Order: sequence, then C-alpha cells, then structure tokens
Amino acid sequence: MGGGITLEHFLVLGLILFLLGAYCVLTRRNAIGILLGIELMLNAANINYLAFAFFGGARYDGQIFAIFVIMLAAAEAVIGLAVILAIYQNLRTIDVDATETLSG
Amino acid sequence: MDLGNAASLSHFLPELLLTAGVIVLVVADLIVRNKAPLGDLALIIAAGALVLIAIEPAQRGAWLFHRMLVFDAFGLFFRALIALAAMVAVWMSIGSEEVCHCDQGEYYAILLASTLGMFLMAEATNLLMAYLALEFVSLTSYILTGFLRHNRRSQEAALKYLIYGGVASGTMIYGVSWIFGIAGSLDFGAINRALAAPGHLPVLTVFIALVLILAGLGYKIAAVPFHMWAPDVYTGAPIPITTFLAVGSKAAGFALLTRFFYPAISHLGAGGSWQALAGADWPQLLLVVCVITMTLGNLAALQQTNMKRLLAYSSIAQAGYALMGVVILTNDGIRAMLFYLFAYYVMDAGAFLVVMIVANATGREDIEAYRGLAWRGGAVPAVALAIFLLSLTGIPATIGFIGKFYIFAAVIRSRFYVLAVIGILNSTVSLYYYMAPIRMMFLEEPRGDETPVTFELWNYGLMGVLACATIVLGLYWTPIIAFADRSMHFFTGPS
Repeated sequence: MGGGITLEHFLVLGLILFLLGAYCVLTRRNAIGILLGIELMLNAANINYLAFAFFGGARYDGQIFAIFVIMLAAAEAVIGLAVILAIYQNLRTIDVDATETLSG
Repeated sequence: MDLGNAASLSHFLPELLLTAGVIVLVVADLIVRNKAPLGDLALIIAAGALVLIAIEPAQRGAWLFHRMLVFDAFGLFFRALIALAAMVAVWMSIGSEEVCHCDQGEYYAILLASTLGMFLMAEATNLLMAYLALEFVSLTSYILTGFLRHNRRSQEAALKYLIYGGVASGTMIYGVSWIFGIAGSLDFGAINRALAAPGHLPVLTVFIALVLILAGLGYKIAAVPFHMWAPDVYTGAPIPITTFLAVGSKAAGFALLTRFFYPAISHLGAGGSWQALAGADWPQLLLVVCVITMTLGNLAALQQTNMKRLLAYSSIAQAGYALMGVVILTNDGIRAMLFYLFAYYVMDAGAFLVVMIVANATGREDIEAYRGLAWRGGAVPAVALAIFLLSLTGIPATIGFIGKFYIFAAVIRSRFYVLAVIGILNSTVSLYYYMAPIRMMFLEEPRGDETPVTFELWNYGLMGVLACATIVLGLYWTPIIAFADRSMHFFTGPS
C-alpha cells in the first residue's frame, strides 16, 4: 500500500458510512430505504474489521467476522423483504408512517 | 478445560436435540396430512431439552468449540429457564385460537430454532458468537411476530421489530468493531486482559463502544431507551409469541448482558464484589439505564387500555427491577437477578396465558373485555390473573414479593440507598395499573352482552400450575434460591 493511507483514514471512512446509515434510517419513511440504511451501518462495521485486521498484524479474526456480517446482512435482507412484501400485500403501501395502527 | 469440536458435543446435547427437532418438524410437516400432533412433538422436544439440561453432569466448567461457547453453572441456569419458556410458548400455541390455523410445522420449527439461538446466547463467550446468536434469535423472532399473514397488526409489529432490531444490531456490531480494534480479539478473556491494562487505553473510545454494544443488548431486554419496539411488537404478535419474547428472549438478553459486563469487562474481587476494569467505566451507564427503564415503563403503563400493551410496559419496568441486581456489582446482586428472572417467568407467563384464555373466548384484548369477568363464568381465570398481577406488583405470599425482597436486600446491602428508594416508589406506582384489571374483573358488573368464558382443560391446566407455583414458591422458595446460588459461577478458565 502506498500514498500514506493509514488506519485512521479507514476508521474515518467507516464512521462517515455509519453516520450516513444512521441518517438514512432516521429520515427515510420508505421501509426499503430504512433497510438500505441498516445495510450501510453493517458495512461501516465491516470496514472497521478489515482495517483493524490489516493494520493490526496477521490476524484472520477480522476478516472472518466481516464475512459473517456480510452473510447476516443477506439473511436480514431476505427476512426484511419478506415482511415488507407481506405488508405490501395487506396494505398496498410500504411507507412506515402509513402502516401506523399500533401506538400509545 | 479447552475442549475441541468433538469433545464439546457431550455438553451440547440439548442444542443437538433442538437442532434435530427443527429438522424433524420441517420434514414431518411435508409428510403428514394431519398437522395437529406437530405441536405435541414440539412440546416433547422442548421438554427433552430441559431433561438433558437437568441431567447435565455438574462440574466446574469448560470452554466449548475452541472458546466460542462456555459451559458453566450460569449458562445452565439460563438454558433451563429458556427451555421452560419455550415449553410454555409451545403449550400456549397448541391452545391458542390465533395460531391454530397457521402452517403448524414451520411455526413450531422456527419457535424451536429461536430457542436454540437463545441457548447459544446464554453460553456465548466470544463477541462473534454472541452477535451471531443474538441475530439468530432476532431473525426467528421477526418471522414469528409476523406469522399471522393476514393480520394487519401482526405484520406491522414484524416490520417495526425488524427495523428497530436491524438498527440495534447494526449499532452493536459497529461498537464491537471498535472493541476488536482496541483489544485485538473478540474472546471475552482476551478483552478482559486488554482492558485491565491501564494507561495507554483510549478510555473515551471504549466507553462509546460500550454504549453502542449496550444498544444491541438493551434492545433484547427492552431497556429504555431501546424499548420503543416492545409495546408495538407485544401487542401485534400472537399471544404465545408475545409470551416467548417477554420471558425467553428477555432472559437470554440478560444472560448475554451479564456475561459481557461481568466476566468480560470486570473482575471479581474479594468477598463476591466485582469491580469494573480501569478501561471500561460501565456501572454508571447501566445505573442510569436501569432507573429510567423502570420509571418510564411504570409511568407509560398507567394510561394503557389494552392488556397486552399494559403487560408490555410492565415487562419493561420488570426488566428495570432485574437490572438493579446487575448494576450493584456484587454476587448477591446477580443471585437476586437470577431469582427475579425466574419469578418473572412464572408470573408474566401466567398473566399472558390468562390474556390468551380471554382472547380465545371473546376475541378481545382491551381491559374493557374483562368487565365482570369473575361473574360471567370466568371466575377461575379472574382469580389466577389477580394472583399473577399481585405477584408482579410484589405483594407478600407471592413469588414476586420474594424476588423483589432479594433484589432490594442486595441493593441496600451495597449501599445504593437512592436506587432502593426509586425502586420502591416504582413498585408503589405499579400497584395502580395492576389493580385496574383486578377492579374491572371483580367489582364491575357484567353488562350482559359479553361472551362468557368457557372451560378449556388444556389452558386451564397450565394456568393452574403457574398460579400454584406463584403462591407455593412465594411461601417456600428455598429450592429456587438454592438453584440461583449454585448458578452464581462464571467459568473464566482453570484457576
């Protein structure tokens, strides 16, 4: 690696990605948009794992963890989309505000 | 003892039985035409897991699967509790009008899979394993919550659960990544060694990482401010699943939380008192969470008109009481927490069961449906619900009182006087909303147009067992406290 890219660069990138994901979750009203935000948060964690593993010496823990997180993100997306599809069939909308019947 | 993969299997029998049970249920669902016995099969499997846990040879403990899981008395307690919760959930599912029209095989298979995930949560001793187990439980819970495919509330609850759960787990995993960067490992023992070394640790970063991890753990036990999902999910989910989430999922969350905050980032001093490690200042953080959890849970419960929603806020408050045992950093506190979780299991499962019996008969869950319940054929469930609610308040001669007694005794012995006062004030407030359904059932006359509640042997049987347990264990609790005493041991390596 050249160009003076250090661990800090990756950590800042991860932080920015995490905050973008959190912002997306908080502002989107579309259920799929929120799922995308969650995906960004998971990938922010992945960048951290890989960066720590790469700069922290010869450890495979970080890489393995990242692979598990990718796999779990896929599982979560499958179940998330299934739930959203069922909601859509019932209500004809996936706007999280429009589904509001439970509150108080 | 650090056991390899093959040697670990002998301590892994309950989990293996559950795994086999899941496969058998899925296959049987494809083969048999009459789906009714599948529920009984699931009940037998859950009971089998409990028996396997009970005959587990008592020994000091061991690492399983190259330090991914740990076998110790503490994990054994929670596995027993979770197996009991699964049995109640399956039993209630068989007797429920809501779930009996669903795809039985799939439903019970996912329920047992969720139980398996909770077992793993109770044993995890590596943050990777902990995270995987937590997600395992979450993913199966989302499906179970939304299992009533044509019920709008069930679907909405599943969506909310999914969104809050996804955010909580995303936050937790990000926090875990920082711990990994600082400690260089995800093993609890290695984290402990890394954080014990004072001086060159970025204390603020560790603290922020702990807050982020607490988001994931707090979401599982429904602690404020990560509780927002609980009222909606508890209301929308089928009642047996609500019960399973309220008692099983919460117990598993407590197991993981305690194992992470105690053996991983604290160390045991003399006389059974713990101390947070130099680099990890968590007791204040958890203390604040504990106080606002019980206060907010109780205050929000005051204005509820739906029984499931009322019990949801009550279970948030109950988690706050149990957390009191965690924040005071003594073995006494942990023992009280274990006892309290068992007491909470008995009384909360009972309360939800009565809600289900009334919902079966009337199709309603609001408090108005309980008007004059004792005078329209529902005298037995009305008395049982009164027992469970009085126990949840902490009235003497019930198991809830004994649980609260141990908690407050431990808190006062550790000189957290303000915390004890806040807890007692909270119990007083809770009396008001626990009394509302009791007044409605006994003191209000039925209007005459309500559906009468009829006798069902299956549900009444379990209700009787739980009601008797609430009273009998409230008078003779020695076996349970002795069990909690024995379970007060974390395996942290051969010493």
